[in-house]
Amino acid sequence: MDFSFTEEQKKFREEVRAFLEQEITQGFWKPACDAWIHSYNPEFTKRVVQKGWIGLTWPKEYGGQGRSYIDRLILTEEMLRYGAPTACHWFADRQIGGSILTYGTEEQKKEFLPRIVKGEAYFGLGMSEPGAGSDLASLQTRAAEDGDYYVINGQKTWTSGAWLANYFYIVARTDQQAPKHRGISEFVFPADLPGISRIPMIDITGTEAWNDVFFDNVRVPKKYLVGEKNRGFYQIMHQLDFERSGMERLMGNYPLFYGIIKFVKETKHNEQPLSRDSLIRNKLAQLQIEFDVGRLLIYRVAIVMDEGRSPTYEAAMSKVYCTEFEKRLANSAMDILGPYGQLVAGSKFAPIGGLAPDSYLASKGYSLQAGTTEIMKNVLATRGLGLPS
Amino acid sequence: MNLTFSEEQEMLRKAVRDFLEDKCPKKLVKQLEESEKGYSPDLWQEIAELGWIGLAFPEKYGGSGMNFLDLVPLLEEMGRACFPSPFFSTVILGGLTILDVGNEEQREKYLPQIASGKQIFTLALAESDARYDANSIKVKAALKQVQGKSGSYIITGTKMFVPDAHIADYLLCVARTKEGALKQVQGKEGISIFLIDAKSSGISYTLLNTIAKDKLCEVVLDQVQVPKDNILGQLDQGWSKVPRILERAAIAKCCEVVGNMQKVLEMTIDYAKERKQFDRPIGSFQAIQHYCADMATDVDGARLATYQAAWMLSQGTSGTKEVAVAKAWVGEASQRVTNLAHQIHGAIGATMEHDLHFYTRRAKAAELSYGDANFYREIVATEMGL
Repeated sequence: MDFSFTEEQKKFREEVRAFLEQEITQGFWKPACDAWIHSYNPEFTKRVVQKGWIGLTWPKEYGGQGRSYIDRLILTEEMLRYGAPTACHWFADRQIGGSILTYGTEEQKKEFLPRIVKGEAYFGLGMSEPGAGSDLASLQTRAAEDGDYYVINGQKTWTSGAWLANYFYIVARTDQQAPKHRGISEFVFPADLPGISRIPMIDITGTEAWNDVFFDNVRVPKKYLVGEKNRGFYQIMHQLDFERSGMERLMGNYPLFYGIIKFVKETKHNEQPLSRDSLIRNKLAQLQIEFDVGRLLIYRVAIVMDEGRSPTYEAAMSKVYCTEFEKRLANSAMDILGPYGQLVAGSKFAPIGGLAPDSYLASKGYSLQAGTTEIMKNVLATRGLGLPS
Repeated sequence: MNLTFSEEQEMLRKAVRDFLEDKCPKKLVKQLEESEKGYSPDLWQEIAELGWIGLAFPEKYGGSGMNFLDLVPLLEEMGRACFPSPFFSTVILGGLTILDVGNEEQREKYLPQIASGKQIFTLALAESDARYDANSIKVKAALKQVQGKSGSYIITGTKMFVPDAHIADYLLCVARTKEGALKQVQGKEGISIFLIDAKSSGISYTLLNTIAKDKLCEVVLDQVQVPKDNILGQLDQGWSKVPRILERAAIAKCCEVVGNMQKVLEMTIDYAKERKQFDRPIGSFQAIQHYCADMATDVDGARLATYQAAWMLSQGTSGTKEVAVAKAWVGEASQRVTNLAHQIHGAIGATMEHDLHFYTRRAKAAELSYGDANFYREIVATEMGL
């Protein structure tokens, strides 16, 4: 047992911090909560590419660094701590690359992975549909074989990154007759194929982070089928572990956490800093305790992945835990700020740059994205604890 | 980072589990709870012979030369079995404190006696207000010089919630050797730790009737004479050692509770698979499944936080924040786990027929001991710079 980091890992963390601090000092961007979803900054992504920090865990032959998941988590943790604008490469780096590595053909690996590593491939993720959320297997988007092509028709919703994407990664039904879990396949293809259109969705924070995407007779060459035809659902279950395991679920709001701690130290009431108020101390200490426990759950996921095991149980647990934590953090921050807490970014008097109300509103979606809390608990109970389904 | 125990540590866990499953069934636990002594001297001798009591003492003091982290699986298994014994009081509060604070002579004198199971130790720390801060220490130790002799201290006052004092051979007693001033900073000064022969005249014990029936005592010291040489560590500087003593106690309690929670989770899952209502195992209902998932999350969180703190303590580095995180978290998590276990077990879990009550009672007692969540949240707040 060892809870420390190796000297190399410590050095790596320092290197990432130095890079990010320099970025901020030079005024390239401002730290923001949830910057991994909202802050698209191709120039930043290019500079991350120069450091060789995309595809860190992938084999060297595809442009990766062959490093551990712990190393990747150190990188991710610092990116989130500094609220860095990683949205351009986030999804590709976090899960698309891993999916292609696990299930893709050699041709797909050679086409996509080097482009991801170079920061040139932005992906829109097409899973949910208007009628298929938690019950993903009931999706309706069809991919019908026609010679050397699949012809795709249907609608995807909550497609992340779609407005910027030059590729789509989607799941569609390839067998209408088979039981619903057994007729689904995965595809990755260029976003400029004819027949694709997008409508932005404005979320509760007022941000356009998602899109509705329509596929109207989109002809996708067969070479873009990922993995085995009709096995897509089972592939996704494995891939989602990568998506759920991430630090972003806990640390996406780190700038707010730092901000509220700073605020209570600097703000006085009755000539005493708020940080002397025992109720506020208790509340923030409890958040810190919950944060520290969440961080251990997340590092455990990385350790399991480094051991070559699928972190289904561990990732489902950290996903549930951390998204619920984020809700409490944002809520507590607003409570501590009082009426000022409702002032949004840019408004006069808004404390901590208006981060609190934005995180508060965004947090309602955290426990829905990438598997709802309820679905995650089903996974924990049936696949982890062996309860009958 | 590596979150797993070594092969040796896992072997120890298995040995302890097998031993306690065999030798300490719930029938015996119940019997010992009702007995005045509260432990089985025969089993105590057996575990001494197995080397478990002296596990974390250096070999030259009759121990096995292992460290605090090696105690974790042992303590977890004791918690899992609800093993009634003076292990916590003798080893964690007594032996490790002597090892940490005592001089060479004291270590040589007492540690082999502990390791061999011959003597039982405990720590008398808390007083009437049952808080773990220096200002609460009011028991007085006054130096009485006797001509031609090195002199002795006369100790007077009352200690509360002292585990196993009624069966102890020695009490470690935190007492005030200088009048404490009222200001908090000064409250830490002038406190010393004494080693008191528990059979000295002037000491009386009253067993407290607690929910866990875990043999906590009120200890009244009435002009108890203690030789000057029996001070552990430096005169008047005793309080500087108390935080570490408290940290070890808190994490040892956490280890017991992790074992407790793990067993409760397993019992609950088994029950949810077996118990049928509406022609189905209740574990097939999502409401029950989600409760179980919540329990598992609390158990895993408790385990990781506890292991992290225990690892820090075994490294000898400062683990103030990690300990505080663990004890605050484990205490409250154990209550959530216990509540859900009872909800899933239904009415049978609320009876003395079922084993769940052993765990429920002990988890609550542990939560209240050696600092509760509010106590440790305040420490975390300070560590955060608030």
